[in-house]
Amino acid sequence: MRGRLAAAIGAALCLGAAADPADRLANPAREARARSIFRETRCLVCQGESIDDSDAPLAADLRKIVREQVAGGASDAQVRAFLVARYGEFVLLRPRLSLTNALLWGAPFVVFGIGAGVLVVRRRRQPPAPPLSAEEEARIAALGADGGV
Amino acid sequence: MIAELGQFALVLGLCLSVVQAGLSFAGAARRDPALAGAGQGAALGAFAAIAMAFAALIHAFVTSDFSVINVAANSHTEKPLLYKVAGAWGSHEGSILLWCFALTGYGVTVAVARGLPFRLKALTLAVQGVLGVLFVGYMVFASNPLLRLANPPVEGHSLNPLLQDPALAAHPPFLYAGYVGFSVVFSLALAALIEGRVDSAWARWVRPWTLAAWSLLTVGITLGAFWAYYELGWGGWWFWDPVENASLMPWLIGTALLHSAVVTEKRGALASWTAFLAICAFTLSMLGAFLVRSGVLTSVHSFAIDPKRGILLLAILGLAAGSGFGLFAWRAPRLRDVTVFAPISRESALVINNIVLAAVTTAVLAGTLWPLVLEAFGRQGGVGAPYFNLVVGPLMAVAFLVMPAGPLLAWKRADGPGVIQRLSFAAIAAAVTGLLVFAIATPRKALAAGEVAVGAWLIAGAIDEAIGRIRLFRAGRGEVLRRAFSLPRGAWGMTLAHMGLGVFLMGAAFETSWRVEAARVLTPGDGMQLGAYHLSLRNVVQVPGPNFDAERGYVRVTGSGRRVVCEGRPERRTYDTGGQTTSRVALCLKPLDDIYIVLGERRVAPGGGGSAWLIRAYWNPWVRLIFLGPLLMALGGALSLSDRRLRLAAGRSPARAPQLAAAE
Repeated sequence: MRGRLAAAIGAALCLGAAADPADRLANPAREARARSIFRETRCLVCQGESIDDSDAPLAADLRKIVREQVAGGASDAQVRAFLVARYGEFVLLRPRLSLTNALLWGAPFVVFGIGAGVLVVRRRRQPPAPPLSAEEEARIAALGADGGV
Repeated sequence: MIAELGQFALVLGLCLSVVQAGLSFAGAARRDPALAGAGQGAALGAFAAIAMAFAALIHAFVTSDFSVINVAANSHTEKPLLYKVAGAWGSHEGSILLWCFALTGYGVTVAVARGLPFRLKALTLAVQGVLGVLFVGYMVFASNPLLRLANPPVEGHSLNPLLQDPALAAHPPFLYAGYVGFSVVFSLALAALIEGRVDSAWARWVRPWTLAAWSLLTVGITLGAFWAYYELGWGGWWFWDPVENASLMPWLIGTALLHSAVVTEKRGALASWTAFLAICAFTLSMLGAFLVRSGVLTSVHSFAIDPKRGILLLAILGLAAGSGFGLFAWRAPRLRDVTVFAPISRESALVINNIVLAAVTTAVLAGTLWPLVLEAFGRQGGVGAPYFNLVVGPLMAVAFLVMPAGPLLAWKRADGPGVIQRLSFAAIAAAVTGLLVFAIATPRKALAAGEVAVGAWLIAGAIDEAIGRIRLFRAGRGEVLRRAFSLPRGAWGMTLAHMGLGVFLMGAAFETSWRVEAARVLTPGDGMQLGAYHLSLRNVVQVPGPNFDAERGYVRVTGSGRRVVCEGRPERRTYDTGGQTTSRVALCLKPLDDIYIVLGERRVAPGGGGSAWLIRAYWNPWVRLIFLGPLLMALGGALSLSDRRLRLAAGRSPARAPQLAAAE
């Protein structure tokens, strides 16, 4: 609860954040692009919040930088590269696909793959089920009519 | 005096937990009903003692007894009664007491359960007793909620204003009842592993506690999300915050366990996997408690301030989980799993469910612990919402695709083409919904329309399956009614839960993709546009509250044709103690949507002279479904729990399991 609480205090103390009309870019397409970058940029001094949500002074500075860059015509990737060069990878809320992060990105899919693999291998190893006798078929038909779960 | 009685009760609870564990083990080992019965009595006694301590703490909070450290730190005389009571579990010490209250309470449910096989019951109570010793012991020696202060203050520090909220007062009890419910499942798994018998009869006993824990956890998480939605003031409801992830992980594994236990119960298959999940569920509950309570994730520094508690909690977690998994590794290879099922069968569908949920849990676990892993290598890094959305989305999509088919498939070997034919109704319903949303909602968003279609696919699939089950449109009215009432409630519970997930998905897709935001500095009399609505600030007044002062704005919302939709009254509250400011948002209740209005800070009006306020507002379409869906799921769980077959579960299937195995 404490972590969320800290985030909550941050959020509640400083209403407004990115939506403050005074700071918006005039070009709505660029403003939208800036907002999407905000959502993936960490407010470095807050609890796991993006700079889109936080109203800490640092978040405001970061928003200003991003907006300036976007207004100056930089691409999303260029803006991110600039932020990483300045603040390190910690600033990215979406970790990059790098060798260090391979475990992070890969683990869920490895688990999924292992599960699927076991399912297939078990299936291969299973002996074929013997065909049902007429009596068994009749019993199944009787059970099926019951409609159980 | 009452606090001292509580202290005494705590120690008594610890002693009785020791007795419970010892006598139950002895009873199981010697097959002595008298010893085992005494163990059950000790379990009842331990619960009574912890309940007494809990009552003593609540009493101290209600009477504002500031000579108790915990009360002085977390309460205040001016606080409303509800939050005085809720303050009892608002602190670290109090929440551990709540945890122990639930733990011993669940022990009682095992002690009084009728029909549980003798040795299984005794061993389960013994393991539950050991857990009780660990956690009650931790509380008595390291986190005592009833310690006195030498010099009591005149006034307390009060509970954080953000926590003074009805949803958040109820959030921890539900959450903990859910977390700790998995302790019984854990104990059952360990007991079965000690006995060396993990079979369908055992799985049948796993089911009721899993259902109870899962349903309560669902409600707890939903309450937390709802609190975040309207208390934090910016309309978000899920942040992939470590604390939220901590509660999501046991929920995900609990969901997997519910499904794998069905396979074990009906078919005797996946027995060792079900036992593994049962151990995992409570391990993740404990991990969640550790992560949240030690503060290790919030900041490594807050962990270092009080490392004793963190390390103790970690030791308890390591001891309990370590012995659980150790026992599993030792015993599980001996469990034989001889079952045959075709690739297209209900078993396969449920296994896919389990694979997906295991993978998603891995993602949540990896993302939550990643900063710690990097930190260990001296690097910094973090994982935010984008990672979770990107990884969890595609994985869950696999499960969603299979979900409506699962209940239609027969066990062992299913009629694939027949099921596909039966699903055509759901597929058409989903496609039509998706296309309609794509055509009507602006701006056009194909992915979001697809997500809404998936929600419709789940709902239509569940309805279709229910219709088939009662033979609606095919049998006479009498037959339909007979089936509707006589078929197991478990099946209806499943229908509700699956529909609930679909409802949630639709709401989540709509809200995140089509919410409209507006923010402007307004002087009274001004207005602004929010999508199809017009908001005008009429005036702002000062209002006193019980323990705060508020600025209250009156905002009129009008729709098309100047029709007044509602009057919103957002507040900005400043609390007397601490001077903290919170915002109370105004929600304009529409059937499914919310108009969400926040009164921001006061500013000087543009052009000088007079005051103006920053007003932010959101139109959140279908947001209500986000909270309705999980409630449907919890209701489904509760309905399933009331199934007659669970209450009469006694000893019917032990004889059946070997027969099934022989038939294969």
